[in-house]
Amino acid sequence: MSEASTIEKAGGGVATYVDQRTGSNKFLARNLGKVFPDHWSFMLGEIALYSFIVVLITGTFLTFFYKPSMIEVVYDGSYVPLKGILMSEAYASSLDISFDVRGGLLIRQMHHWAALIFIAAMAVHMFRVFFTGAFRKPREFNWLIGVVLVTLGLVAGFSGYSLPDDLLSGTGLQITRGIAQAIPVIGTWATFLLFDGQFPGNDFISRLYSVHILLIPGLILALVTVHLMLVWTQKHTQFPGPGRTNENVVGYPLMPVYMAKAGGFFFIVFGIIALIGGLVTINPIWIFGPFMPDQVSAGSQPDWYMGFLDGALRMMPNWETNLFDWWTISWNILIPAVIVPGILFTGLALYPFIEAWVTGDKKEHHLLDRPRNNPTRTGFGVMAITFYGLLWIGGGNDIIATSFDLTINSITWFLRIAIFIIPPIMFVVTRRICLGLQRRDRDKLLHGYESGRVLRLPHGEFIEVHEPISIKEKAVIMSKTDITPLPAPERRDAAGVRNKRFHLQNVQHKLSAFFYAENIAKPSAAEIEAAEHHVAHEAALEAPLHNYEDADQISAFHGGVLHHPGMPQTNAEQLAERTQA
Amino acid sequence: MSDLTPHDAHVNAPERLGYSPVADVPHALRMADTDPRAARRAERQVAAMFMLSMLLTVAFVIAYMTIDKTSIIYIPVFGDVGTSTFVLGLTLGAAIFLIGAGAIQWAKKLMPDVEVVQDRHELASPASADQEALANYDRGKAESGFARFKLIRRTLIGALALFPIALLIPLRDLWTAPAGSPSPADLLSVTLWHDGLRIVTDPSLTPIKPEDLPIGGLVSAIPEDLEEVQEIEGNMNARTKAAIILVRMDPADIRAQQGDGWDYQGIVAFSKICTHVGCPIALYEQRTHHLLCPCHQSTFDLADAGNVVFGPAARRMPQLPIGVDEEGFLVARSDFAEPVGPSFWERG
Repeated sequence: MSEASTIEKAGGGVATYVDQRTGSNKFLARNLGKVFPDHWSFMLGEIALYSFIVVLITGTFLTFFYKPSMIEVVYDGSYVPLKGILMSEAYASSLDISFDVRGGLLIRQMHHWAALIFIAAMAVHMFRVFFTGAFRKPREFNWLIGVVLVTLGLVAGFSGYSLPDDLLSGTGLQITRGIAQAIPVIGTWATFLLFDGQFPGNDFISRLYSVHILLIPGLILALVTVHLMLVWTQKHTQFPGPGRTNENVVGYPLMPVYMAKAGGFFFIVFGIIALIGGLVTINPIWIFGPFMPDQVSAGSQPDWYMGFLDGALRMMPNWETNLFDWWTISWNILIPAVIVPGILFTGLALYPFIEAWVTGDKKEHHLLDRPRNNPTRTGFGVMAITFYGLLWIGGGNDIIATSFDLTINSITWFLRIAIFIIPPIMFVVTRRICLGLQRRDRDKLLHGYESGRVLRLPHGEFIEVHEPISIKEKAVIMSKTDITPLPAPERRDAAGVRNKRFHLQNVQHKLSAFFYAENIAKPSAAEIEAAEHHVAHEAALEAPLHNYEDADQISAFHGGVLHHPGMPQTNAEQLAERTQA
Repeated sequence: MSDLTPHDAHVNAPERLGYSPVADVPHALRMADTDPRAARRAERQVAAMFMLSMLLTVAFVIAYMTIDKTSIIYIPVFGDVGTSTFVLGLTLGAAIFLIGAGAIQWAKKLMPDVEVVQDRHELASPASADQEALANYDRGKAESGFARFKLIRRTLIGALALFPIALLIPLRDLWTAPAGSPSPADLLSVTLWHDGLRIVTDPSLTPIKPEDLPIGGLVSAIPEDLEEVQEIEGNMNARTKAAIILVRMDPADIRAQQGDGWDYQGIVAFSKICTHVGCPIALYEQRTHHLLCPCHQSTFDLADAGNVVFGPAARRMPQLPIGVDEEGFLVARSDFAEPVGPSFWERG
C-alpha cells in the first residue's frame, strides 16, 4: 500500500465521520469494486440521463429570467423588428433571454437541444432494451418505469415548448385545446378548467409553467432514481461472449474505470450539447412572432417527438358521430390523438408480461438475446417502429409534398392504406431476415467462415478455404437457447378430470407455437466437433500461405499441429517441409 | 468485496498485464502497458486536455465580459451569427468536452483494460426471510386486531377513500365563471358578431367597402369592437372565435351557401378557425375556391357552402351572413348560425 497523502487522510477522516452517522462505508466496501459490463449500446441510457441533468441545470437558469405571465406588454428589447409590438410577458421575457441576457440564448438553446436529445436517447435506449430482451424477468418493473419516463418526457418537452408563447407553440396549444375538447362528456368542461375559461384565457402559461418546472421534472427525477437503483441492485445485463454466463457479470470495476468512463462521458454529452447550443439555432421564436389565435404560418411543424401525433391527426378520415343530434363524438380526433397513442403506449408497457405469458418463460435472464435469435419479438419491434414511422411521415406530409412535388391528397391516401399494410409486411420480412441470420450462424459454426481464398489442391481440385470462427464469435453464437413451444393442453387429465383452463391454455399454446415457429436449432456438440475437424483440415492444407509471425495470437486449434513449438515458423520453412512430405 | 477478483487493486502491476479472466481469449497489450514512453505520452495528453479546458473556461469568462451582446459575426458554414452566443457556446462546450475526453483517454490508456468477473446473486429473498416477514405480518395483524375489529377496518377504509375528494374538489375553481355566466357549451356557441356590426380588416382596422375587394381577393377581418373587448377582457378569447376571412368570387361561381343571400355581391365571409382542432386557416386557392388548413390539411370549398372536400375535419366552415350599412361598409347581419372552431361533446 502506498502512503496516503494529506488530502487522502482528510478524505478518510470525512468518510469515517459520515460512516459513523450513516454506515456509508458498508456501501462503499460493496460497491467501489462493482463490475459493469461494457458495450457501446449501454451508453444510450447514459445519454438520456446526462442530457436530463443538462436540462435541469439549464432549466434552473432559465427560470431566473423567464416570466410565466400572459399579461400584455409592449416589447422594448434589443431585437429591433419586434420593438413596440404588443405581446405577452412570457414571450417578451423569452426574447429578453435570447437577446438581452448574455449567454441566455446559449442556455435556452442548450435546454431545447438537451430536451430533444433526452427524448431521442430514451427512445433509442428503449429500442436496445426491447430488441435484446433486457426487459425480461427480473427487469419488468424497470421497463414499466421506462415507459412512464418516455411518456413524461413527451409531456415535459411539449409543456416547455409551449412556454415562450410564440406563434408556433401557441398554435400547438390551440390544437391541444381542440383535442381536449373532443373528449366525450367531460371534454368541454375539462378545457374550461385547464384554460380558466375559453381559449387562450389569461392563466394557461402560468399553469403550464408549474407543470413544466415542478410536477413533471419531480416525477421524472423520482422515477429515474428508482430506475437506476434497480439497475444497481439487479446488476446490468451483458451481451453474450466468452466466459459470460447468466450467473456472472464480466466487465470493469466502478472504481476507477467506470468512474472515469461514465463520469467522463457525462462531460462529453454536456460539452456536445453546449457546442450544439452555441452553434446551431433551435426554435428561433423571434422569427415566429407573438402568439395570435387567428394567425398561423404555413409549414407549421411541432418538435420531432410530437410529429407522430400530428401525423395521425392528419391522416385520419373525417369521421364524426352525432348521438340523437344532441351529442358529438369526434372520432376524427379521438382515434388519432387519444386511442391510437393509448394503445401504442399500453401495448409497450404490457409487452414484457404478454411475452412472458405466451412463452411460459419464468426464468431470470441476465444474458442478452441477440435480436436474430428471437425473430418474432424483433419482428414486432420493427412492426411497431414502422407504424410509428409512417405516422411520423404523415406529420411532415406538407413538407414532403412541397419537396417531392406530390399532392397532399395522394400522400395522405397512401398513408391511410400503408398504415395497415406496411407494418405487417415489415414483421414478416424482419422475421425472415432473422431466421436467415440464424441459418448463417449455424453454417458458420459448422463450416467456419468463407475466407474468400480459393485453393488448388495437388490433384487439381479447387476449394474455397473456410476458416474457423474466433472463440469470441463462437461463444456469441452458442449463447442462443433453443426453446420448444408450450405443449398442447389436454382436455382431460389421466384420471379423466376435465381441464377447466383448456381454452386459455390452448390460446397460450397456439401463440407460443407462433412465437417460436421455425426455430433454427443450434448444432449439437457432436456436430460441432465433427465440423471443427473438417475446418482444421482445410486450414492445414492452406497452412503455408499464412504469415506466422503472429502465430501466438492464433488459437491452437487454428491451423492444427502447425503451431506447436518447434514446428516451422516461416512460410519458406513450411513449404520446404511440405515438399519433402 | 469478496466476489471480486483481486487484481484490480494493483493498477498496472506487471504480473496482471495480459491477464484475462476469461479462459482462451488472448488479451492484447497496449502501448502504454509495455512502453513507459507511451505511458508518459498518454499522461501528457490527458493533462493537456485538462489544461486546455481550464484555459477555455477563462476564455469563456473573458468573452462573457467583453463581447457586445448585439454584435454579429460572419462565420463560414454558419453564416451570420450572434458573436456572444457563438463564442460562449464554443468555449463552454469545448471546456466541458475536454474534461470528458481527458477522463476517457485516461481510462482507456492508463487504467487496466482487463475485464473482471463478479458473480450474480439470486434476487429473491431466502425462504427464511419469507417466513420471518410472514411471521411479523401475522403478529402485527393479530396485535392490531385489524381482522377482528370490523367496524374500525371499514370506517378506516371509508375515511381513506373519501378524503382525497377534499383535495380534488378545490380544482373546480380552476375556472370561475362570472355570476350568471352561461355554460361552457353556450360560451363556445356565441361570438361578438351581431346584426349591423362593421367588419374591419386585421390588423389595420379599416372598414371595408365591397368595391375595395377585387375578385379572388382574400382579407382577414375582425369585428370593429374587438380591440375594445380585448382591452376589457384582457385576453384574446373573443378573437379566437370572431376572426373571419372575406373572399370575393364571381357570383356565378357560388354553387351553394349556408343561407340564402348570405353573400354580398359575391363576397362571402367564413370563420377563420378550422373546425378540426382549431388552427387558423389562411391558405386560399382562388381558382378552386378551396381553403386549406396549414396544420392538418383539412380543405373546405368556399364556393360550396364551406363544405369539407378533404382532410380530417368533419364539419363545414361556418359562414357569416353579411351585408352593407347605410354608409356602404360591410357589416355582419347576425352571429354565426352554428358554433365556430373544433367540435365539442354538447354540440350535437
